[in-house]
Amino acid sequence: MNIAVCVKRVPDTETRIRIAANGREIVPDGVKHVLSPYDEFALEAALQLVEEAGVGEVTLLSHGPEATRESLRSGLALGAHRAVLLRGEPTMDGWATARVLAAELSGEEAGLVLFGVKAVDDDQQQVGPMVARLLGRPCATSVTEMEVGDGVVVCRRAVEGGQEVVEMDLPAVATLTKGKYEPRYASLRGIMMAKRKPLVEKDAAAVEPGLAVEGLEYPPPRPEGRIVGEGVEAVAELVRLLREEAKVL
Amino acid sequence: MREAGAEPGEGSRRMTDVLAVAETKQGVVAGVSREAVTVARSLADPLGGSVHVAVSGAAGDELAQWGADRIFRFGAGGGGAGGPDPFAAALAERIGARGYGAVVFAATSSGRDLAPRVAARLGVPLLADCTAAAVDDGAIVVVRPVFAGKALARVRALAAPALLSIRPNVLPARQAPREASVEALAGAPESPAGYRVVGFEASRGAALDVSEASIVVSGGRGMKGPENWPLLADLRDAIGETAALGASRAVVDAGWRPHAEQVGQTGKTVTPKLYFAIAISGAIQHLAGMRTSGVIVAVNRDADAPIFGVADYGIVGDAFEIVPKLAEAVRELRRG
Ligand SMILES: Cc1cc2nc3c(=O)[nH]c(=O)nc-3n(C[C@H](O)[C@H](O)[C@H](O)COP(=O)(O)OP(=O)(O)OC[C@H]3O[C@@H](n4cnc5c(N)ncnc54)[C@H](O)[C@@H]3O)c2cc1C
Ligand SMILES: Nc1ncnc2c1ncn2[C@@H]1O[C@H](COP(=O)(O)O)[C@@H](O)[C@H]1O
Repeated sequence: MNIAVCVKRVPDTETRIRIAANGREIVPDGVKHVLSPYDEFALEAALQLVEEAGVGEVTLLSHGPEATRESLRSGLALGAHRAVLLRGEPTMDGWATARVLAAELSGEEAGLVLFGVKAVDDDQQQVGPMVARLLGRPCATSVTEMEVGDGVVVCRRAVEGGQEVVEMDLPAVATLTKGKYEPRYASLRGIMMAKRKPLVEKDAAAVEPGLAVEGLEYPPPRPEGRIVGEGVEAVAELVRLLREEAKVL
Repeated sequence: MREAGAEPGEGSRRMTDVLAVAETKQGVVAGVSREAVTVARSLADPLGGSVHVAVSGAAGDELAQWGADRIFRFGAGGGGAGGPDPFAAALAERIGARGYGAVVFAATSSGRDLAPRVAARLGVPLLADCTAAAVDDGAIVVVRPVFAGKALARVRALAAPALLSIRPNVLPARQAPREASVEALAGAPESPAGYRVVGFEASRGAALDVSEASIVVSGGRGMKGPENWPLLADLRDAIGETAALGASRAVVDAGWRPHAEQVGQTGKTVTPKLYFAIAISGAIQHLAGMRTSGVIVAVNRDADAPIFGVADYGIVGDAFEIVPKLAEAVRELRRG
């Protein structure tokens, strides 16, 4: 079975975010980019499923600026077979992104299309189920573990209070969260091989966004905190403050 | 209760009404649904419309207290063995047929599973996990955290209806009693194939999910090992049923606690009224998951730990000495 994995290039979680003078974008200089961490879980899941089956290929698909090439190469170095870059600037509109990705995926023969549960820049948690709808496939979200059976895939989902088990008919879509699939590291050989793997680029279809980002702001600083004291002697005072000043106990 | 069929005035699509989608658990409406109804009310009033509530199953009457004018009970199907799609399909059909200015979901884990499915059926984006929502010049404008809370984006909905989900515990519910009508609607018009819920395993111990608790007791690597978690569990028990345990990623990666308890960028986002960070350093990815908490208390033996930079109250010292004393003091307080 072939598997497609949708991956997004996002600022590294450690990166300091600086808002540009126009108040609508972030300053790009000095921002290190990575594959969104949840997309790495999705890629790892795809690699393990294909390795277990002994057949099939993993295709990476990303919609992003030209620099996304590097991110795709890093995914190829981990073991993906080929990559497709849909050049353009993705917006916060998940429905627009979903349409761009689905247009490419509808021609694919992938039995599974995998996503991260969320991209850690915009944190919209929506592109996966939206693409599923456009492709007319069932979709399980927040998946921690998958097993492919005869025409079906059984997924474990992280839900409030436990794990839900869902069986879907193939072809299907899933969004991955942390669970069984700890991302592997690239080997030197993987990095060398990645250079020769196919990376196809095309311009993304133009779509009208259904929302507009009007401005970015820094979150209000938290009110100045205070050290109540040192050691066990401070406990009584802390509890008093929580009770009388903060009124939360 | 009457059957909602041919309603008076149903032919005219009023884009001024706002629909809140309520969530139920074992037949009881979740607390966050009141917050969703309050937000719906605050949008419907300036738009000049009324507030409708959609609920799956026979629940939700009490939402009239929080500002609902009409309550629609959808037939069985939602959240059942067919997963979220049957309810999503029924909702989308209703929203499409009736016309709404906005639809408000709760950004809980089930709300985040449901809302994008409704959005895709309506062909609009979802404004997810909002911390504020208002009407500006007739349009819905929201604020939502981006880049793991390092920035807040002000976003205007251009497509109609505006679909949004609200972050729990941020926008307080307000009483606004109404005489609401309760109407039954048929279930899903289609039963989407290919998705079957075949099992559920409750996670060990956790009665209350960390993202739903109003007080969270989180432990970090400084707790040294899983054998020391009874100390934190005892503090949680001293506080009571509204409290849940959380953990840093270092703790989860070490296998001391399940991932369901992880707070942070690759775990849960929590907004309790009180958050205890015990022996947690306060890495940026941890802060991403808890910095919008009401009050933050840090206990750390390193006075320079970054967690003190966001904490409202801190104690510098050894968690192994402080936590038992804290549990004792809370119990004393409870006894009055
Ligand atoms: C992509 C990515 C995603 C991540 N996502 C998350 C996430 O979702 N959540 C998350 O938490 N982290 C996340 N991290 C990890 C994060 O960077 C930190 O490594 C992690 O939060 C550290 O956990 P900690 O504070 O428990 O441990 P440490 O940083 O080791 O801190 C332990 C603290 O305990 C204190 N201490 C030690 N002994 C005692 C004692 N006896 N009494 C009192 N204090 C004591 C120490 O002073 C120290 O401050 C992520 C990292 C990356 C790269
Ligand atoms: N521009 C993009 N290109 C490829 N995949 C994307 C893109 N944006 C989002 N995705 C995928 O959709 C998931 C959820 O993203 P989001 O809905 O934005 O939180 C991500 O984890 C990716 O798998």
